[in-house]
Amino acid sequence: MNRRWAGLLLISPALLVIAVFFLVPLALSLVTAFQAKGGGFTLAHFDKSFELYSTDMLFTVAIVLLSSALIAVVAIAIAGYLTLGENARMRSALRWLYRWPLFIPFIVTGQVMRTFLAKNGMLNHVLVGSGLLDPLAAQSVLDWRGIVIAFVWKQAPFVTLLLAGAMASIDIQHSEAARNLGAPRWRVLLEIVLPQVRGTLLVGVVLSFVTMLSVLSVPLMINPNSPTMMTVDVAYRISTHGDYAVANALCLVSLAFASLGAWVYLRHAVQQVART
Amino acid sequence: MTAAGNLAQRWSRHAARALAIGLLAFVIFGPLANLLLWAFAERWYFPGKLPQEFGLKFWLQVFQPRGNAVQSLVTSVWIALLTVAFCLAVAVPAGYALARLKLPWRGAILLVFLLPQAIPNLPIYVNIARMFYEVGLNGTVFGVVLVHASHGLVLAVWIASAAFAAVDEQLEQAARNLGAGPWQTFATITLPLAAPGLIASAIFVFLESLDEFTGTYFVGVPDVITLPLLMFNASMGGNYQIASITALLLLIPSIGFMLLVERFLKADVLAMVGR
Repeated sequence: MNRRWAGLLLISPALLVIAVFFLVPLALSLVTAFQAKGGGFTLAHFDKSFELYSTDMLFTVAIVLLSSALIAVVAIAIAGYLTLGENARMRSALRWLYRWPLFIPFIVTGQVMRTFLAKNGMLNHVLVGSGLLDPLAAQSVLDWRGIVIAFVWKQAPFVTLLLAGAMASIDIQHSEAARNLGAPRWRVLLEIVLPQVRGTLLVGVVLSFVTMLSVLSVPLMINPNSPTMMTVDVAYRISTHGDYAVANALCLVSLAFASLGAWVYLRHAVQQVART
Repeated sequence: MTAAGNLAQRWSRHAARALAIGLLAFVIFGPLANLLLWAFAERWYFPGKLPQEFGLKFWLQVFQPRGNAVQSLVTSVWIALLTVAFCLAVAVPAGYALARLKLPWRGAILLVFLLPQAIPNLPIYVNIARMFYEVGLNGTVFGVVLVHASHGLVLAVWIASAAFAAVDEQLEQAARNLGAGPWQTFATITLPLAAPGLIASAIFVFLESLDEFTGTYFVGVPDVITLPLLMFNASMGGNYQIASITALLLLIPSIGFMLLVERFLKADVLAMVGR
């Protein structure tokens, strides 16, 4: 048998699984979102989605963008210290510390934050106990802030891991030369190291962006009431109204948000694979 | 500058470092400590800073031989094992083909394996649930396994492909030159050498399945209650002790894997994995 076709034969079960359980549902989503009751084409489901949920759409985009930005800042700071920091003990402590949330599932993150950020949670007790917060001013952080905190807590270690790996593999001569010429470390990080690992940072942040867009458990557990994230609306449309049309229209809107990031990621990933 | 000033400066830098690492430790472990407190709290009313009463009452309740939690644990592990078996059966040949064989339309195939990572999975789950409803797979273990497998497969294929690509091709050629057939070469040379990567991909798929919530939420209801769903129901029902104990059960494998991951996966493989 020809080796070309042997390869295709070996890979075909995997392709079939992805076709049936990924491409078909995606196509179904497209059809449902644009199909009128009688079977014709309609934009009514989108009209209804924007009418009912435009606040939630803005809320979702704002939360996910803010979280992505914070994740990038945290990842740059930690990975930067791991690469350029001069205190070895501090570096190893940091390396041991930052990655704990790495594989903790979103659903557990939701539960953990639900107790930690509540009015009677440990965050408030510690802030009040250390005199930083007036007991009467203590309030629950379980709103948009809670979602952002949960997302950053869960996703920043992932981006940090990727970024620290990339930073460790770049040539250190430039950074050392700059250090010898007296440049402070934060400038070496931002002007010499960071531009060389921009691609990795981009991939990490984009993957986090797409992931956060479709997480249902965290907003459901931390902030289920309006305004909330679109994933909660999708679940609500289905479980309460059996309304797959509007649910799918909402899904496509979030897909449109994600596609911007997805395009950037795919372009980079294909380049990467082509190079190896 | 005087020696005393120098010393003071060094001390203040040490203090700043200690403060920063302490703050980070609180941010990372504070939420986990809060979860631990809830898991062992028998009574915790507002405004108590700590539970009024500690105890194991809820642990006994969770681990009752015929309790919901034990049943969910068994269901979850069973589903995860089936998912791993399914994924490996499909991903090992695919990973080998991607790493070693010439493929027509290679670019398009790579794109198909990248796409699921770059697209929010909510529309996928919603519509798989509808398809499964038509054919009676909703609320069955097999249906949930298929959803988990389709989610884990992409990762499994990438890790398997990276694992096979890392095997030195000269060793395979040497075996062939010594008279081994293609199957014998694969079974005695390639597969054992790629095994650590394949084990890593199995663990990844196992964890993804164990922790999966959204897909199970849409496809598994009402009959298949995995641990994440049990935790969610307990939490939404206000039973923080049961929710926290279940969350702890889910945390153990996650943290264990986090500590082990570098033994199995090099950073470059991990970077390929993405998510």
